[in-house]
Amino acid sequence: MAGYQDYLLHLADNALILAQRNAEWCGHGPILEEDLALGNNALDLIGQARMLYQHVATVRKDGKSSEDLLAFFRDVPDFKNYTLLELPHRTAILPTSAGDRDYGVTMARNFLFSALMVQVWGALEKSSDAQLAAIAAKSHKEVQYHLRHAHDWVLRLGDGTEESHRRMQAAFDYLMPFTQEFWTESAMETAAVKTGAGVDVRAFRAEWEATVADTLQAATLKLPSSVGFVTTGKFGVHSEHLGFVLAEMQSLARAHPEAVW
Amino acid sequence: MSVDAPSSVTALPDGPVAQAQGTDAHRAIWDVLESVTDPEIPVVNLREMGILRAVRQGAQGLEVVITPTYSGCPAMGQMEDDVVSALARAGVAARVVTQLAPAWSTDWMTAEARDKLRAYGIAPPVKSACAASAGANVIAFAPRKGLVQRETVACPQCGSDNTTEISHFGSTACKALYRCLACMEPFDYFKPY
Repeated sequence: MAGYQDYLLHLADNALILAQRNAEWCGHGPILEEDLALGNNALDLIGQARMLYQHVATVRKDGKSSEDLLAFFRDVPDFKNYTLLELPHRTAILPTSAGDRDYGVTMARNFLFSALMVQVWGALEKSSDAQLAAIAAKSHKEVQYHLRHAHDWVLRLGDGTEESHRRMQAAFDYLMPFTQEFWTESAMETAAVKTGAGVDVRAFRAEWEATVADTLQAATLKLPSSVGFVTTGKFGVHSEHLGFVLAEMQSLARAHPEAVW
Repeated sequence: MSVDAPSSVTALPDGPVAQAQGTDAHRAIWDVLESVTDPEIPVVNLREMGILRAVRQGAQGLEVVITPTYSGCPAMGQMEDDVVSALARAGVAARVVTQLAPAWSTDWMTAEARDKLRAYGIAPPVKSACAASAGANVIAFAPRKGLVQRETVACPQCGSDNTTEISHFGSTACKALYRCLACMEPFDYFKPY
């Protein structure tokens, strides 16, 4: 049963960590409309994470788990999100100021992840876990808008100015190796697939690769190689960046446990 | 918002809820809740929006079933509070239950809700959400699964179809921002969901 909770936490952590990253643009968006768009995107993802954490708390039946406990009182090794989603919005692996955020990285990541989740949520609508199926039905509708939004910006920036093209290409060159983690086998996913509650992500690989190839071609971008180190975020072994994300996200809740508005 | 697992007590309707249903006690609750409006769009009530799904007899007494719109809609908590306080004011004892399935759809918005939205300056969803996703495979740029097709949205001010999308995401999760090229007014568009 712990395996299945891990699978739900994996889905929830993916949504929460990307939401936290995308929310960093709040008040700093390149234009007002994009500031609003990323805020809405992050809200959808937080909503999905909340429903999934509530479901985990219900499945646990321990009387003390709650969405807040799961989001704010677990540490880095407990988080099961893809490493891709915790990376800062920039291609340089150096600590830099907020002003160095690159919207191309944000859009490339949202595109790569949403193109996968459109298929994952679509398939999970038939999950043998009725509550997960219900969450999937809602998330599927939302992620289609996220994909459309990111897809349009990949086209616009890729097939834009010399600088936007260069930065969009650099974003995909940087992020593509992190997508290998999607396809690595994990015990929690295998167990969830076996019971019919989960879906096998690897079944979506061909369709995902075709979506990415089509969009990059339309955006006049080169399809980068995805070889390299295979990250292990979903196994709880993360990059150095997740600790900083959690520190910012969790500090208030930990300083004031059980505080309410 | 705390979400309850799917209940087997009664199957919820999968479509618009046109009017009060059930016994006299149930109808009295429906009548009370006619006054509870969407906090962001105060011209439509929760039944017209398709958020209020059922009034039913649960294990612990009467239950009012609502369903969330967008997963992260910050107005859901307010709506739940508004339902509870409207029932309390009317002296009705009923529990509010949030249920996810079947997933809310803009297809459930009643015809009167669409007219009220238009009169309020928000273009209602053009086509059914099901039709929108069925058309997702024929989008011109990248004919791949999951991309939402664009639709022709009529200006709620002048009625012209000559409109353009400014941004996919507008002032709330459920809306996109459009501009009319005939009367030059910007307007909100309630996206199909």
